[in-house]
Amino acid sequence: MSYFKVEHLTVRFGGLTAVDDVSFDVDEGQVFTIIGPNGAGKTTLFNLISRLYQPTTGRIEFCGEDVTLLSAQEIAGRGIARTFQNIELFESASTLQNLLVGRHRHSTTRIWQDILRTPKARAEEIEHRRAVELVIDVLRLQRYRDQAIGSLPYGVRKVVEVARALCVGPSLLLLDEPSSGLNVEETDAMAEWILEINRRLKVTVLMVEHDMSLVNRVSDRVLALDAGKIMALGTAEEVQNHPDVIAAYLGT
Amino acid sequence: MSAHIRTSHAQADRLFLSGQSKIWYTLLGLAMVAAPMLLPPYYLSQIVFVLIYAIVGVAMNVLSGQAGQVSIGHAAFLAIGAYCAAVASKHGVPLPVYLLLAGVLTGLIGYLAGLPALRLHGIYLAIATLAFAFIVEEILARWESVTHGNEGLMLAKAQLFGRPLSDAGFYYLCLGVTVLVVLAAYNLTRSPTGRAFMAIRDSETAARSMGIDTAHFKTAAFAMSAGITGIAGVLYAHKLSFLSPEMFSIQVSIDFVMIIIIGGMLSLRGAVFGAIFMIMVDPLLIFLKDALPLASSAAMARFGLDGPVPQALHAGLLRVLNAPGLKSLIFGLIIILFIVFEPMGLDGRWQRFKAYLAQFPLYRPASARASRMFLKSERR
Amino acid sequence: MIDFLQQLFSGVALGCVYGLIALGFVLIYKATEVVNFAQGEVMMIGAFLSYTFISTLGLNYWLGFAMCIVCMAIIGSLIERLVVRPILGYPQFSIVMATIGLGLVLRALAGIIWGTDDLRIETPFTGGVVKVGQLVLSSDSLSIIVATAVLCAVLYAFFRFTRLGIAMQATSQNMLAAYYMGIPVKRMFSLIWSLSAAVACAAGVLLAPITLIHANLGFLGIKAFPAAVLGGFGSIPGAVAGGIVIGIVESMSGFYLPEGFKDVAAYIVVLAVLLWRPQGMFGSNAIKKV
Repeated sequence: MSYFKVEHLTVRFGGLTAVDDVSFDVDEGQVFTIIGPNGAGKTTLFNLISRLYQPTTGRIEFCGEDVTLLSAQEIAGRGIARTFQNIELFESASTLQNLLVGRHRHSTTRIWQDILRTPKARAEEIEHRRAVELVIDVLRLQRYRDQAIGSLPYGVRKVVEVARALCVGPSLLLLDEPSSGLNVEETDAMAEWILEINRRLKVTVLMVEHDMSLVNRVSDRVLALDAGKIMALGTAEEVQNHPDVIAAYLGT
Repeated sequence: MSAHIRTSHAQADRLFLSGQSKIWYTLLGLAMVAAPMLLPPYYLSQIVFVLIYAIVGVAMNVLSGQAGQVSIGHAAFLAIGAYCAAVASKHGVPLPVYLLLAGVLTGLIGYLAGLPALRLHGIYLAIATLAFAFIVEEILARWESVTHGNEGLMLAKAQLFGRPLSDAGFYYLCLGVTVLVVLAAYNLTRSPTGRAFMAIRDSETAARSMGIDTAHFKTAAFAMSAGITGIAGVLYAHKLSFLSPEMFSIQVSIDFVMIIIIGGMLSLRGAVFGAIFMIMVDPLLIFLKDALPLASSAAMARFGLDGPVPQALHAGLLRVLNAPGLKSLIFGLIIILFIVFEPMGLDGRWQRFKAYLAQFPLYRPASARASRMFLKSERR
Repeated sequence: MIDFLQQLFSGVALGCVYGLIALGFVLIYKATEVVNFAQGEVMMIGAFLSYTFISTLGLNYWLGFAMCIVCMAIIGSLIERLVVRPILGYPQFSIVMATIGLGLVLRALAGIIWGTDDLRIETPFTGGVVKVGQLVLSSDSLSIIVATAVLCAVLYAFFRFTRLGIAMQATSQNMLAAYYMGIPVKRMFSLIWSLSAAVACAAGVLLAPITLIHANLGFLGIKAFPAAVLGGFGSIPGAVAGGIVIGIVESMSGFYLPEGFKDVAAYIVVLAVLLWRPQGMFGSNAIKKV
């Protein structure tokens, strides 16, 4: 039984087949990267896995459970969290509040308990804060804790995106282009975060990336996608030296 | 001026974040309790209206400010609560029972109304709430066996434990309900539910990806908001002692939205500020209607302005002040001016003032400007 | 049967008015994503202006009509400059409330300037009827239907064949790209508001003989919302189609259903349609791309 498996996943939007018969599996504790030119269907694939889109055919399996038909909110409950390419943070709230939202699947209080602020609600709230502070420590976001997202620089927002996903307490983390829009230093830092998340926090990482140096640095396995179809699958080196991949994406 | 240095998570969780705010709120509390003994009846009556509007303001804050769902039909919920009170009190149901009952019934209707609203966003949701309000108004007008339709329905004075409430008693009732509602809403903001609302408001996609059941929370927001408004309706009904469907028109719904626009959508304090402002407009208008013509005549006499232009201006002033639509004009101008110049409402102005005092003399106005979004389309 | 056709006819006529107001909404919405809740009041001001030109100043009907349209176009662009442009980029909710405020102001101004009595204007169609078999069709209503058809044809040609029309479409689809193409976006906005106000004015003047001119004409604007929603807010032919549907539904419910249904029929219809198709009849379902 593999940790995370995608089988013959296909999605069609009208006449356009965005993802065409894609199958791959991810072992626990790996960093698995998906690369490919723009429009190859990488983010669509992500959206399928995080259940924002419905697949036309195919199957998604996580820890032996068929999760193909689950809703987006249920997927989070199973321990799969994601970041978004174009940053979907809650702009009007502070960093702390954004991270606390990530803790949602860990809260067991019903609405009436929240309104009355029962001792259970209060205890859980303190627990949430504690958990969130751990993530803040790992990603060094202390100085941004109470600032509104709208006032943060882009690089920091990207880190907050990752932090929020971590607060979900995921076993599988989906990172959608974590380095896009970041400069060299920030990309470097991001690479470090990813390795730390993977090795220290024992989170399996599935990510989409364009920055090949980052890909080489962190990935255990790489999948190359083009026009919705798999071009190559293997280690970073194997995929990069694959003739199809060079032709369609990397160039010589 | 006072730095909030927290040494434990529990500290961050307290109701009053600093010793200073505790003092201010205690003073406020004492003043509110002492009010019936200090203020003349007219002012007390106006404060009761402020309290009722503040309760509705909180309801609007929960739905629109926190959860980001548009509603321009809340007068419908006020009406349902009000008529509930009228019918229940006529049948001898005790006040505490029908106060809760109205809230539950309105909340249920709000929940049912929220269900179809799940698929609607933005302008479509606004129009659906508008349509809902019109339909409820019409039902109330036609259901004559229960509501006496357009003839109107009278209510006896509110009774508690078998005896009619005095004005002071009714005031304390309203004050009590307001405090409870504000506390409940405040607890909401610092709880997972409140954060779920905030998430839904800012990005439904991300909210769902964080595990939030958006459908559940959206309908919950509608239900809570409706229920709170229903309770306000009970108090409203007893305050006015007379109900007719036209008292719950679209203009009333717009007034309710105005409460949070003027007060500031994102905060509970804003709801209270907005309520105070809305109720103050009427006495202010009455005052202006007398004072302005006098001032104008006095100015003309003092500076010897006799010519045709000052006369025409004075006549124009009189015409505007005596026009029946004056209140609409003022409200319309207030809405536009607030949105253009005070997008964060009175609460925003208050926060900026506090920041100014705290950071004096290093305060920079630019640190508080609202951000505009030109590229991000709001089509969900 | 005759009654049915009669009701159908007056429903279509009323529906055309709703359609014209809805058209004004949709023009503005397509371009700027702003919903102008004051559209009904703009129509009302147009009607009042026609009174000033035609009755007070005694101008010829057609000349007065034309002057009205020109004035309203100017007023429309003034509204855009003074009220809408300062708040471009604010959340949609705020802009909607600002237009609601604008509506209140316009209604109050109308009461102040023109008083609170009902006013009437003399038109070449007043009192005339056209008989088709047993049907009696009032010329006023006919004029509305004909004018709407003509206006739709003109607008279609304008948007399809003229440079200005195409520029407006570009602005409505992608502001930034239009700007880069050298289209003066701000001026386009002014023009769209002017156009929308002119269309509303036409609706008002056409409606004036039937309902008389009074400050509550603006409430018809609220009825036009269901029309725009029915048609799906982004579609111009949808707006007119939606208007006609609402008009017919209202007319029929007024005649066949018990009292009171006429007023809410439009709202019941719009709720029913939104339940079934949240994006309106012809609207497109925009999903956010993440």
